[in-house]
Amino acid sequence: MSDERLYSVSIEVNGTLREAQVPARLTLVDFLRDTLRLTGTHAGCEHGICGACSVLLDGEPVRSCIMYAVQADGRKLTTIEGLAQPDGSPGALQDAFCEAHATQCGYCTPGMVIAAHALLEANPAPAEQEIREAIGGNLCRCTGYQQIVDAIKLAADRGSKGGL
Amino acid sequence: MSATGQSGFRYIGKKRRTKEDPRFVTGRGRFVADIALPGMKHVALVTSPHAAARIKAIRTDKALALSGVQYVLTGAELCAGTEALLPGVDAPKVTRYPLAHGVVRYAGEWVAAVVADTRALAEDAAEKIEIDYEATEYVLDPEKSIAPGAPLVHPAHGSNVLYRRKFVWGPVEEDFARAEHKLALRVRWGRSATVPIETFGIAAQWDPGQQLLDVWASIQMPKYPDQIARALRLPGNAVRVHFDVDVGGSYGVKRGIKHTVLVGYLAKKLGMPVRLIEDRLENMRGGDMHGPDRIFDLQLAFDSDGTIRSLKIRALDDVGAYAGRSPLQLGKPVGAIVGPYQIHSVEYEPISVMTNKTAQEAVRGFGQSPTNYALESGIDAVARHLGMDRIALRKKNFIRKDQFPYLIPSGTSYDSGDYHAVLDKALAAADYPALVAARDAARKAGRLAGIGISSCLEPSGGNSSFEPLFNPKNETTTWMDSCLVRIDLSGAITGVMNTSSSGQGHETLVATVLGEVLERDPDTIRVVHADSLNALPSNSPVGSRMAIMLGGAAAGAARKIKATLLAIAAHNLHKDVAELEYHEGSVSVKGEPGQTLSWAQLVEIAHRKFHQMPPGLEPGLQAKFVWEVPTGGGLPTADGRIQMYPCFSFEAHVVLVEIDPETGQPKLARYACGHDCGVMISPDIVHGMTFGGIAHGIGAALYEKFAYSDNGQLESQSFMDYLIPSALEVPALTIADHCTPSPHTTFGQKGSGEAGYLGAPAAIACAVNDALAPLGASIAELPMTPLQIWTRMQLARAGN
Amino acid sequence: MVPMKAAPFEYARPETLSEACSLLAEHGPDAKLIAGGQSLVPMMAMRLARPAWLIDIARLAELQHLTAPAEGHADEVFVVGAGVRQCVMERDARACANLPLLAKALRWVGHVQTRNRGTIGGSIAHGDTSAEIALTACVLDAMLELRDTAGVTEISAREFFLAPMVTAILPEQCLAEIRFPVWRSADKNIQRGCAFEEVSVRHGDFALVSACAQLELDADGRCLRAELGLGGAAPTPLALPEVGAQLVGAKLDEQAISAAAAAAVELADPEGDLHASADYRRHLARVLVERVLRAAQQDARSKVGT
Ligand code: FES
Ligand code: FES
Repeated sequence: MSDERLYSVSIEVNGTLREAQVPARLTLVDFLRDTLRLTGTHAGCEHGICGACSVLLDGEPVRSCIMYAVQADGRKLTTIEGLAQPDGSPGALQDAFCEAHATQCGYCTPGMVIAAHALLEANPAPAEQEIREAIGGNLCRCTGYQQIVDAIKLAADRGSKGGL
Repeated sequence: MSATGQSGFRYIGKKRRTKEDPRFVTGRGRFVADIALPGMKHVALVTSPHAAARIKAIRTDKALALSGVQYVLTGAELCAGTEALLPGVDAPKVTRYPLAHGVVRYAGEWVAAVVADTRALAEDAAEKIEIDYEATEYVLDPEKSIAPGAPLVHPAHGSNVLYRRKFVWGPVEEDFARAEHKLALRVRWGRSATVPIETFGIAAQWDPGQQLLDVWASIQMPKYPDQIARALRLPGNAVRVHFDVDVGGSYGVKRGIKHTVLVGYLAKKLGMPVRLIEDRLENMRGGDMHGPDRIFDLQLAFDSDGTIRSLKIRALDDVGAYAGRSPLQLGKPVGAIVGPYQIHSVEYEPISVMTNKTAQEAVRGFGQSPTNYALESGIDAVARHLGMDRIALRKKNFIRKDQFPYLIPSGTSYDSGDYHAVLDKALAAADYPALVAARDAARKAGRLAGIGISSCLEPSGGNSSFEPLFNPKNETTTWMDSCLVRIDLSGAITGVMNTSSSGQGHETLVATVLGEVLERDPDTIRVVHADSLNALPSNSPVGSRMAIMLGGAAAGAARKIKATLLAIAAHNLHKDVAELEYHEGSVSVKGEPGQTLSWAQLVEIAHRKFHQMPPGLEPGLQAKFVWEVPTGGGLPTADGRIQMYPCFSFEAHVVLVEIDPETGQPKLARYACGHDCGVMISPDIVHGMTFGGIAHGIGAALYEKFAYSDNGQLESQSFMDYLIPSALEVPALTIADHCTPSPHTTFGQKGSGEAGYLGAPAAIACAVNDALAPLGASIAELPMTPLQIWTRMQLARAGN
Repeated sequence: MVPMKAAPFEYARPETLSEACSLLAEHGPDAKLIAGGQSLVPMMAMRLARPAWLIDIARLAELQHLTAPAEGHADEVFVVGAGVRQCVMERDARACANLPLLAKALRWVGHVQTRNRGTIGGSIAHGDTSAEIALTACVLDAMLELRDTAGVTEISAREFFLAPMVTAILPEQCLAEIRFPVWRSADKNIQRGCAFEEVSVRHGDFALVSACAQLELDADGRCLRAELGLGGAAPTPLALPEVGAQLVGAKLDEQAISAAAAAAVELADPEGDLHASADYRRHLARVLVERVLRAAQQDARSKVGT
C-alpha cells in the first residue's frame, strides 16, 4: 500500500459509533461503502450531480461523494440502511416506495428515499411541486419520477394518519 | 392463447407488490460495486487525448515505481493475448480490442490500464504514464466520412462504411409516380444514450485450481459469456458469469464486453481478483455506450385525401470508431418500418458509417425511436402540406383493428392492435379540447404553445432476425429464452431465470406467471438467477422481450409441472387425467371433491415415493422450458423481407409544450400517453417502465447530447454538461391503458420495456414545432435545446 | 485523461480562524480552504484542483454569525459569516427580511443537498461568474472581510472578482465575513422591491445568465435608487451601478426598462459554450434585465402600506 497519511475519524453511523483511519482524500461515499461496507449508499457520478450518494448528515440530506470522510469526523450520519426497521425490513417511507413501485433498478433509490425522508421531516404534507423540488437534485433514469412522487405523497398521507 | 383481455386472471394484471422492491428501498440490492473479493485490485485507465493518432511510445516505468501499483497493461500485450472483438456485420477488418494498439481512433479511447491496490492509487499511477502520440487526420461528420477521400477510421477496411444496402419493398417508384403529392424532408437524431445512473462495472477472479474465470458484471447482453470465452481463448465452460448481480439500469447499453475482456485478462494474468468500475467520465467517453446519431432523409408520396402511398427513407448512422452490434440498430426498424400506417411500398437505405468518436452501443428500442421520430416528422410534414389535421391524417392511415394480422411491405406481420382506440384514449386522457383551448389561449396572450402527437409501435419479443438480414454469413434464427421450475420437498416453488436483470422486475414476472399457472401465491415463490454454467439458454432482456419470452418460458415450465402433478394424481386416484381437475395445487376427481390429493401429498410422492409414481416419470419435481421466439426461425428473403419481432405494442402520445417566447426555454405543460401492450402481467411495472421511457424520451428530445468540439473532443462528458432530466423537467405523466391481446403469446402479453421512449421524442418535437409554427420557425434536429430553439426563432424573426 | 478520485492531500481542521490563517501562511498557494466544498470537491475529484493541503473551516464558530443591524438605522449592514451555510441563511427570518434579494437568489442556488453544505462565503470565494450569491454581493455592493495572519483587509465585492474562478483573494487570506448593505429607512412612502431571475437549461444547473435588481420607488413610482447586475454575462459577476444610476429619477415604464436593458447588454461581455452562444447570452441578459426590473417594481408596489 502507499505511504499516504491516515487520519482518525469517528463518525456515528445509523446510531453506532464507527472509528477508522482513512486517507484525507477518501470521500464519504467511499468510506461508507468500502471501509464500513455499508453499500446501500450508491455512487452515480462522484461529482455532485446525481444525488445517488445522498445521506443524512446530522439529519440533513447531503451528497456523500462531494464530502471527504475526514469532514464528517465527529458527526452523525444516517444512511439508507438506517431508515429500515431494526429487523431490516422496510421502514414506513420505504414501504410507501414499495407500495407505489417507486423503484426499478434500485440504483437511485437510496438517494431518493433519503431526500424524501428529509422532506417529510421538514414538511409532513408537501405539495407536488415541493416534492419535485425536494428530489430535483436526484436523478433517476428508470421511473420518470411519477411513482416516486406518488410514493412520497402516499407516505405523507399515511403519516398524516399517524402511520409514519 | 388467450383473448380474455386484461381480466380472467388470478394474479396477472393485478396490483401487486414486486419481489424486488423491498431490497432496493432498504439499500440491500447487490450491485457489482458492492462485491468485495478478498485482495481485490482496481483498474484505472489511461485514455487518448486525440481523436486520431499514432502511438509512438508508451513509458510505464514511473507508474510502476509507485507503491501499491501491481501492473500496467498496454495494447501490445493485450492484443497478442486475446482475440479481437468484431462488429455485428460482415467487416472482419474492423477489429476492436479493449486497449488501443498502434493507433487511437477517438478521444477517450483506452490506451493503457493500471492495476493497483486502490482506485485512487491506480489513478495516481495512470497520471505518470507517458505516451508519445503523432496526431493524424480524423473525421467527425458522417456525411464527410462517406465522401471519397475522407480519412479512414480503419484503413484496413478500405472505407468508413460498415454497412449499406438499399432495400426496395413493393412498387415504390410506381407508387411515387401515381401519388398526387410528394415531399422530402431531413431530420436529425442527436447523439444521446441511456446513461444509467449506475455506470458499467465488472469484477473478475481466476481460479487456477479449477481453471475457471468468475465474472460479476452489471451486464445486459446476449451471448456475453460466450464472447468473453472466445476473446480470452478459453473454452466456454471456463467462464462463469454470475447473473445474480443487480444491474443499476441499462436500457440496452450495458454491454461491457471490452471492459470484461480487459479485466478478465488481468485477473487471469495477475492471479488476483480485479475490478473496473467505470467512473462517470469513463462511462460517457471511453465506455463505448453512445446511442444512435442519425441523419434521416425521407420522401413521402401521398394523395390529397391524406392517403400515404409510399415512403423512402435513407438513414445515415454515425456509429463512431468501433462497432459491436450497433450497425444492427439500423436493422431492427425494418420490422416496423411503416409504423402503424398502411403504406403500400417502402424504400429503405440504411448506411452505417464510422467516425472518430466514441463507439455506439444498443440503446432502448435498438434504433426504433429515431426511426419513429423520422416517420412521425414525415407524417406531420404531410399534414402541414395538405393543411390536414394531424390526428385525422393519422387515423386515415392507421391499420384498422380488423386488418390484423397485417403484413407490412418489409415482410413482418403485425399481430394485433387497435390504434384508433388507443389514440382516442390518449386524446381523452389529455383532454384534447382543453389542450387546444389552452394552447390557443396562450397564443392569444402572445406566448408560444404547441401540441404534439405521435403514434408508434414497439416491436417486442426481441428476436435477432436483423443479424441474418444485415449479414448473410450469420444464420442466427433462434433467440430463445428459458425457465427452470423446481418444487422442493417442502412444496416451495423456485423459478430459475438465466440472465441478469436491470430493473425490469423479472423476479416478479416469473413469480406471477408461475403463480398464475400453478395457482399458488406468487409471494411464496422464490426466483433466482442462475450463473452461466448452470443456466439454460437465454438471450438476455433485450428487445422488449422478457414478458413474452421469459414469461412464456415460465408458463411452459409451470404447465409441465402441472401436467406431472396431474399424471401423479391420475396414477394414484386411478383415474384418467381428463377426469381430474387441478385447483390451487391439489388435484381432485371432477364432481367428487372427497377424492383429492393435496399439493403436499403430490410433492411428497414426486420426491419420496417412487413406488407411487406413474411409470416413465422422473422423480423429483422440476421442469425446464426453452422457448423459441414465436414467429421466429426464418431467414430473410433475397430482397430482405423478414418477420422481425412477433408482437407489436402501440403507443400514442399527446403533449402540450410552452416555449418562453423570449428565452426559448421549453416547458412540458401536459403529457398523456395511450398504451397498448396487450395483457399486462404487472401493471405497476409496465407503467413504471413507460413513465421512465417517456422521461428518457424527454431527455433525448430536449436535453441530452454527446456534443463534440471541432477537434474531436467530447464536450459533454460529465453530468454537468450531459443533462438528464430531473423531476423538475419531467411533468406529471398520465398513462391510459388499452389491451389488445397478442395471439402469439401465452397470456396475450406483448413487450413494454421500451415503451414511452419510442414515441416521446417524436411527440415533443411535434409539439415544439407546433409552438414555433406561428413564427414560421421549425426545428428538424434533436435535442431541441433552448439555444437551438432561440436560434430558430431569431432566424425566423429576422426573415419576417 | 480525467480521473474521478482526488490526488492525495493533507488535511487540517483548525480550531480557530487565526489558526486557519497560520496554516494558510505556512502552506501558501499549496493550501486551499474548504467549507462546504460543493464546488471544490468535484474539481478535486477530476484533479482540476490539486491542493497539497486542505484546511477545513466549516466548523469555525467565528464564521457562523448572522448579525442584523440595530433597528432604526438607515442603510446599515447585515453581516454574514463566510461559513454560514446557504440553508441556514435561507431559513433565517431576519436575514430574509433584511436581505430579500439574497433570499430570492438562494432559491436558485443548486439543490437542497448542496445548499445544506454550501456556504455563503464559499460560493463567493469560488469566483464563478454564474454564482447567484456572488452576483447578489456585487449588486448590493457588499464588503468582504479577508483575514490573514497580518490582520484584516476589506474589499468591495465589486472589486473582488477578476476573471473566471479568479478573485482578488491572496493565497494566505481567508474570507471571513460579508457585509451586505441593508436598504431601509423610516420613510414609509418609500417602496422597496427586488427580483432575481435566471435561465438555466435544467433547474438547479449553473445559470446560462442570471440577473437581479433591487429598487426604491417613491410614492409616485419614481425610481429613487436602483441596483442591478448580471451573472454569466461576463467573465465575472457584473454589477451595473451606472445602469442603476440612469434609472434614478425616472418612472420605470417599458421605455425606461428597455433602455436600461440595452445599456446593460452594452456592458455585458459573455462567452459562448456548449449550452449558450455569446449572442444568446447577450439576448438573455437583455430579457432578464427587463424581467427583473419589472418584477422588482411590482414587488415594490405590492408592499405599499406594509
Ligand atoms: S454520486 Fe454523489 S451526486 Fe452523484
Ligand atoms: S430506479 Fe433505476 S435509476 Fe432510479
